[in-house]
Amino acid sequence: MARHTLSVLVQDQPGVLARISALFSRRGYNIESLAVGVTETPGVSRMTIVVEVDQIALEQITKQLNKLINVLKIVELDDETAIARELMLIKVRADVNARSAVLQIVELFRAKVVDVGTDAVTVEATGSHDKLEALLEVLAPHGIKEIVQSGVVALGRGGRGIGDRALRSADKNA
Amino acid sequence: MDSKSVRHILVRHEQGAGHAAEGYAAATGRVGVCMATSGPGATNLVTPIADAHMDSVPIVAITGQVGSSSIGTDAFQEADIRGITMPITKHNYLVTRAEDIPGAIKEAFHIASTGRPGPVLVDITKDALQSKTEFQWPTNVDLPGYKPTTKPHGRQIKEAARLIVESHRPVFYVGGGVIRSRAAAELRQLAELTGIPVVTTLMARGAFPDSHPQHMGMPGMHGSVGAVGALQQSDLLITLGARFDDRVTGKLDSFAPRAKVIHIDIDPAEIGKNREVDIPIVSDVREALLQLVPAVTAEFDAGRRADLTGWWRTLNHWRETYPLGYETPNDGTLSPQYVIERLGKIVGPDAIYASGVGQHQMWAAQFIGYEKPNTWLNSGGLGTMGYSVPAAMGAKVGMPDKTVWAIDGDGCFQMTNQELATCTINNIPIKVALINNSSLGMVRQWQSLFYNERYSNTDLHSHSFPDFVKLADAYGALGLRCDNAADVDATIEKAMGTNDVPVVVDFRVHRDAMVWPMVAAGTSNDEIKFARDLAPKWDRGDD
Repeated sequence: MARHTLSVLVQDQPGVLARISALFSRRGYNIESLAVGVTETPGVSRMTIVVEVDQIALEQITKQLNKLINVLKIVELDDETAIARELMLIKVRADVNARSAVLQIVELFRAKVVDVGTDAVTVEATGSHDKLEALLEVLAPHGIKEIVQSGVVALGRGGRGIGDRALRSADKNA
Repeated sequence: MDSKSVRHILVRHEQGAGHAAEGYAAATGRVGVCMATSGPGATNLVTPIADAHMDSVPIVAITGQVGSSSIGTDAFQEADIRGITMPITKHNYLVTRAEDIPGAIKEAFHIASTGRPGPVLVDITKDALQSKTEFQWPTNVDLPGYKPTTKPHGRQIKEAARLIVESHRPVFYVGGGVIRSRAAAELRQLAELTGIPVVTTLMARGAFPDSHPQHMGMPGMHGSVGAVGALQQSDLLITLGARFDDRVTGKLDSFAPRAKVIHIDIDPAEIGKNREVDIPIVSDVREALLQLVPAVTAEFDAGRRADLTGWWRTLNHWRETYPLGYETPNDGTLSPQYVIERLGKIVGPDAIYASGVGQHQMWAAQFIGYEKPNTWLNSGGLGTMGYSVPAAMGAKVGMPDKTVWAIDGDGCFQMTNQELATCTINNIPIKVALINNSSLGMVRQWQSLFYNERYSNTDLHSHSFPDFVKLADAYGALGLRCDNAADVDATIEKAMGTNDVPVVVDFRVHRDAMVWPMVAAGTSNDEIKFARDLAPKWDRGDD
């Protein structure tokens, strides 16, 4: 079992997210993380899906996803050739005595404080899964009141995009 | 209906409409269509849609939906049928504007009938159906995410041909895809060119003539010893449009343990799903067979050809030693296998047979000789009791010149027999052979074999109620009854001579008859029993 990041280009149509999440549950696979957003092409959305499965299951997931009519293209992005980021907002206890220590941690992790209250601050951090885990670990002793986290978004390195060919239906006809 | 060009047949239950569309599609190869209203009408289509999805049957289901402004309000007869059918359709649509109807319908037919066929549902809101629009039939479909691969990869074909001619114990493992892709003639050509044995799965009965000397029969849980043995001891499975279903493989990790696998299927997701594959070929199976014939011929011409004499000696030994058979009950009651065997003999291979699900289905697959594709219709994947009568009805509408027999059980028949009214009123004279053993026979068989004869809730009392002859009569059909072997032929002939109304024959049969051979669920195919407690001897060291 290993973590795999799939980038999935889909037609932006009603129900497409339901189709994809239903396919995962129907086939008995777990989604670790899911993020959906627009792309450079109108009418096309991009989903970044993280799954923890073995190679055979990954192949089956990819093939089953490909069968969905609204799915245009699927690419697996690996750690070496892609950049993956997630966003986290952390509300951490920080009264007058603790505040400077918390701020120091925030600085070290190149995160930023986006809200300050009398007894807590809210920290915004982006980065890899591991970096955010590490940040949480060092903030934990101060008392974490609340966290919220986005799904992973990922992009391949280099000049080419995954949609270069897939989005032109004429190409797929050829 | 106002339309003169569309024939609409008003059924009695939406499930009947769905199975009728399936029967029409399976018999003709064309897309079958069914319609239902919103809410319960639509949910009643769920079973046939799921059935069509499992067996790759091209149907389009059109459902009404509440007005678009009422969606989500729990309005009267509102059901989210698009959401409900997402996992059991190839694709589905919710149409809320009249101008989108033609495009959705065009795409639905395209998707249902191309690639791996399957069901497509188009849900149309009431306001879209009632508003006016300029009719415009789209000239083409633009589905950038849907481009099925139909032509095989040339190099893979070459490698497959090489492996085929090199193997000493090869077998064609033929699935329903051969029927759907109309590849029976091409299969026969390749089979005769190579001399390799053929097995046809439950979904593929008729894809290769049963009378052909290379046909080893049906594999699987109730397959023949010869067919199961051919797969188990093979060194090469040439898999054509089949999906390594659990009912065929038995315990998967002991299935055909020494075989390499060539897997040809139009659905890439089937390849490698259950069994690791040596040569995957994503293609329409007919296209692949068309290219394999010259590729194999070239190998033969180059002098590469393995000797199959030893393999055939083994196969013929199994076939002769363990033929399909059954015991005739000695209490004078009627043997269900005998009824089905005689039906096949008298009616012949030109007719269409649509079966329900259970013991009678297995006997109909075993004891009727199928010679042509699209003559055997059944619910293979989902195992839907109630399939047979409406499917036979749909098949008869699609192929009006053919004799169509529903072979049904007394359990199945009571799930959908109301469509006999549809048949009578619309002049669709199907014939029903009711294999009435007064119980849910297959479940009873398992209770006998695996649950200490604890016959919990399988007795249907259908030798008492209902009176199927009276029931047939009430529906305007001819009702006949037969309860002894001496009358079987005459009864079938009487049914064959009646073509103005539907016929129902209540064959009252012995209830303890069992389907053999059998591979018990979850065990290895090697553990097959050809009769109770009787296992074949596999070893024969002569090749």
